[in-house]
Amino acid sequence: MEKFGFALSKARVIDFDANDRSIVSYILEREPSLNLCIECGCCSAACTTGNFTGFSLREIHILLKRGENEQVRQKIRKCMLCGKCILVCPRGVNTRNVVFLAKQAFAKNEGYEF
Amino acid sequence: MKKNEEKSKVWRDYQKEIADDHFFYVRSCIRQSFFPGSEQFFLHLLRDVLGKDVYENPSHTTCTGIGYHADVVPFSTIQTVIARHYSLMKEAGYKNIAISCVTSFGIYTEILETWKHFPEELEKTREYLYKATGREFDVPENVVHTSDIIYKFRDAIAAKAKYPLVNQLTGEPLRVVEHIGCHYAKIFPKYGVGGAEFPHVLSGMIESWGGQVVDYPERRHCCGFGFRQYLVQANRGYSLSNTVKKFSSMQPFKPDLVLTNCPGCTMFMDKWQYTIKEMEGTTFGANGESIPVLTYEELAALVMGYNPWDIGLQIHMVQSEPLLRKMGIEFDPHDKFLTKDGRQMPIPENLLNS
Amino acid sequence: MNQHVIVIGGGTAGMEAAGRLATAGLSVTLIEKGKDLGGHLRNWYHLFPDRRSSDEVLEYLKGQVSHQNIRLLTGQRVTGLQRKGNEFIVSTGNGEAITGDAVLLATGFDLFKSERKEEYGYGIYDNVISSADLEAMFRKKEVKLVNGRKPERIGFLHCVGSRDEKAGNIYCSKLCCVTAVKQAIEIRKIFPAARVFCFYMDMRMGGALYEELYKEAQEKYSVGFIRGKVSEVAVNINNRLVAKVEDTLVGRPLKMELDMLVLMAGMEMAEDGIRLADEANLQRGENRFFKPADHHFGTNTGNVKGVFYAGACTAPLNVTETISHARSAVTEIVSYLNTGRK
Repeated sequence: MEKFGFALSKARVIDFDANDRSIVSYILEREPSLNLCIECGCCSAACTTGNFTGFSLREIHILLKRGENEQVRQKIRKCMLCGKCILVCPRGVNTRNVVFLAKQAFAKNEGYEF
Repeated sequence: MKKNEEKSKVWRDYQKEIADDHFFYVRSCIRQSFFPGSEQFFLHLLRDVLGKDVYENPSHTTCTGIGYHADVVPFSTIQTVIARHYSLMKEAGYKNIAISCVTSFGIYTEILETWKHFPEELEKTREYLYKATGREFDVPENVVHTSDIIYKFRDAIAAKAKYPLVNQLTGEPLRVVEHIGCHYAKIFPKYGVGGAEFPHVLSGMIESWGGQVVDYPERRHCCGFGFRQYLVQANRGYSLSNTVKKFSSMQPFKPDLVLTNCPGCTMFMDKWQYTIKEMEGTTFGANGESIPVLTYEELAALVMGYNPWDIGLQIHMVQSEPLLRKMGIEFDPHDKFLTKDGRQMPIPENLLNS
Repeated sequence: MNQHVIVIGGGTAGMEAAGRLATAGLSVTLIEKGKDLGGHLRNWYHLFPDRRSSDEVLEYLKGQVSHQNIRLLTGQRVTGLQRKGNEFIVSTGNGEAITGDAVLLATGFDLFKSERKEEYGYGIYDNVISSADLEAMFRKKEVKLVNGRKPERIGFLHCVGSRDEKAGNIYCSKLCCVTAVKQAIEIRKIFPAARVFCFYMDMRMGGALYEELYKEAQEKYSVGFIRGKVSEVAVNINNRLVAKVEDTLVGRPLKMELDMLVLMAGMEMAEDGIRLADEANLQRGENRFFKPADHHFGTNTGNVKGVFYAGACTAPLNVTETISHARSAVTEIVSYLNTGRK
């Protein structure tokens, strides 16, 4: 094969139809309050982790809903389950449980129990 | 039927004035190399077949669009270059300009609009041209792309058609993807036949000549050509990715042919099929074949029954034989790489569909 | 009082105003261009916020106009409006010239024509419909795709023809967001297995019980909300619509297949209202609706004394607000006539 000196770029488009939403389905079955999230970002604002790492709880909620699981898989480990997020959510989402269930779902996905 | 009617209804809002004779023709920088038959055929069609007056001045230059879009030619320079062409027109007594390249067309329309909204730019350009060359100019009355002209005469071409865009093996109209260059109507929709969303310049030709237009999700997407990203080798992957996006999107519709009106787009969509095949092993046509990509002049010539090798189809990367067979066009494979007087030309390697 | 008021427009505002004027003792002529009274209200199914039937409101309004003081002229267009001293002369299509002591314009709104946003494919691609089309389907109890099947994924596109410089309307049409939420709930009730997504720029839920409706849509009906304005719609090989949008809250482009796309068309000043306004030299604002004499205490009056406005010819208003506005117009008219037409 010829070497052309360049490579194909990876598409960044979220292909909603190609994505697998089994992780968020697992979460919603057990914590339906996630449906109420309007992505206002209040949780992220209160989050300690978000101050110094790339962890944004708001972003994680959307990525899960879209099925962008690989974007979340590693990041979700950064949450220390302190619960500051629940204190501020205006819609009453149990954000801490959402993270807990996400970790559980990812663990199941990888073949172990959380 | 409803769909096409509605699409036509929308374009009616964008009626574009296209002159019908006495054109000042400005050539493209690259089309003569990559698609040698195209400009030749345009002149033959207009002058010899339709009896029109098309004038060329050998002192016309590149519009310098490549340089302008790559930031090496400043805006005031390119305005002056264009003004010089207008001055050549004025000298020869022409008021209608026919532009061969779509990027060039984009430059001409951008400058026209600039002069409308910023008349001081027009005055400055008059001054620069006069100081540099002693020339004066008028703004032309009619500025069109050569695909607009072929569009205008598409019914006359259809009347002379020997091979309509029909698959002779199945009796069905050929499925044709039309791709319009971004600079044709995306920047100033009113300068394109049909506007920006549903341009009609190429789909009109396809419909007149018996084919079926294929609409697919990435129809409006850019092919990825763009001097800025293309000039630097390491950036070409970005350009290529856009072409791959288009081909992947059109593939399920099984197009027989891609028709374009921009030299860059034709070049990309033709040549990148080779690059993608080399890099990824992917082809986008049926049965591992590649999809022939033609210019509108080449397609008009094919439809009218001209010899494919005179049209220059063998110079493309993707060979057109599968299309020729579908259309029932007779061709002699031995003549393919022979000159007019029978000498053997070197045969290119790595041709697709060969 | 034997004074006579001419009400032009027999929709919600016109009917309510005519009724209140009549009970206040005035004689009224109510002129409506259509065959039936009721205006756009006749085309709606259920009204937000409580999703009650629009027919009930129409019944109430019909009750308002069945009064001996009201002369009803339906199927008549107004061809002229002139001032003559302290009075007004309204000419109708069949040559009648009606004299009145005051005129109330209740000419209402037109919906933005969705085919003007070519990139959404209204009238070009199957299953791209407007919010009004969907209401009609709800009324007929026949919601289905062009090929007769049930939709599995439905999108609602907010801000079609509103907040859009390209469409010529930079104002917000105010009611489309809550209409989308209402329709999302209604369509989910019909197709419990379907997934519904609303593509919004901002969620404008500024009315009584609107935010509660939004919450209900998410909680009970799992309606998804994606912040981003769809840039173009196309059709793929499976004849499904493909929408391109930026998922702004993630910062990445997103593409989604849809079976049906509902365009939330905005409200515009009615064409007929514009015609009449220009003829009678009534000032209109930048948004083409009637210009109020004062934004706070003068929304029922304009630049001509004796000519009053009620309803959506002044701004995008919902049914509740339209009825209130019609009542306030009546107060203004009665006051005007009682205080020597000042």
